[in-house]
Amino acid sequence: MNNLEFTLLVGLGSFTAGFLGALTGLGGGVVLVPLLTLIFKVDIRYAVGASLVSVIATSSGAAAAYLREGFSNIRIGMFLEIATTLGALFGAFLAAIVSTKAIGIVFGVVLLYSGLLSSRTTSDSADDKPADPLATRLGMNGVYPSLAGPKQYNVHRVPTGFSLMFGAGALSGLLGIGSGAVKVLAMDHAMGIPFKVSTTTSNFMIGVTAAASAGVYLSRGYIDPGLSMPVMLGVLAGSLTGARVLARTKTKQLRWIFGAVIVALGAEMIYGAITGKV
Amino acid sequence: MFKRSDWSDQNVEVIIANLLRVGVIVSAAMVVIGGLMFLALHGFGAANYRVFKGEPSDLRQFHGIARAALALHGRGIIQLGLLFLIATPVARVAFAAFAFSIERDWLYVGISIFVLLVLLYSLLGSAI
Repeated sequence: MNNLEFTLLVGLGSFTAGFLGALTGLGGGVVLVPLLTLIFKVDIRYAVGASLVSVIATSSGAAAAYLREGFSNIRIGMFLEIATTLGALFGAFLAAIVSTKAIGIVFGVVLLYSGLLSSRTTSDSADDKPADPLATRLGMNGVYPSLAGPKQYNVHRVPTGFSLMFGAGALSGLLGIGSGAVKVLAMDHAMGIPFKVSTTTSNFMIGVTAAASAGVYLSRGYIDPGLSMPVMLGVLAGSLTGARVLARTKTKQLRWIFGAVIVALGAEMIYGAITGKV
Repeated sequence: MFKRSDWSDQNVEVIIANLLRVGVIVSAAMVVIGGLMFLALHGFGAANYRVFKGEPSDLRQFHGIARAALALHGRGIIQLGLLFLIATPVARVAFAAFAFSIERDWLYVGISIFVLLVLLYSLLGSAI
């Protein structure tokens, strides 16, 4: 394959990944690395580098579209970024020590896990339970727009969410993904934040988390311009399109479909890593 | 209780979103320009990312990237665009710290500055 064909095909695949990633709040990276390694036969280190860059583009590019909808919560995001950025540094250092085979297997497990989580059903309504006193002190409780007008929500279990976020950051630094799945898990499931607030705040945080490990990746020579160019541009265009559709989509069905795709990729990734194809 | 802080937060978020958008547009434009130059020269060259070699040092460090971009090398210009992209979330956190200080929310000023320091450590620590 020559560079022109490669650029066009990778660009098209990246567009699709970015579109689905933005819609579900799981980020484009989670399907991008399997796409590059399994289909385009790219070395996992280049794939991870390009993915990390595209993750920043996704997050920053879609932020404007999300913010106009008024879903995301800057205080929750900033506070949890303490955990994600420290985790990301830790993950990036870890990536230099472990083998590519191990990275492939961990990646597959994360995919399986994300896929299963995203298919789990949760009620989307904010509950009326009193907030975690820590959340109140940190000014995290907020309001989000729903069909029935502005709706108030309280934030629970801040320490659990914070610990999960460190893990999310470490996975992000190790695998070059935004680890939106773990971020959404921490906010949606552990902290009881409404799904749309979780996904948009997660999207907002992903760029900062990825930037924390991107410097390390750049200096290690993982970020190749020829590969990153179609990946970044494709994912960016896809995620912007996805963000436009977000407010009009039912979240439940979408999580089911994307969950199934992710599970399939996870199984393939683990198989590939074990048989030495990744 | 929620209304007061929501208003100012909302304004800050709009400014931050615009900051991010400008950063992404500028970096995407650089990547497109560099990409076209790269493809114009090497479009029919073989694409091979199967074997990991690592980037040459002039595409790993600030100095080298700036030099390659100024020499109008397509790959150098793409890399400069990517570097710019990596810098946008850093600028975002810096701006958030500033915005929280206007709101006199010192707790969040402190939180933002801490996040900023971690980001700078990663970017500058690896530039040497």
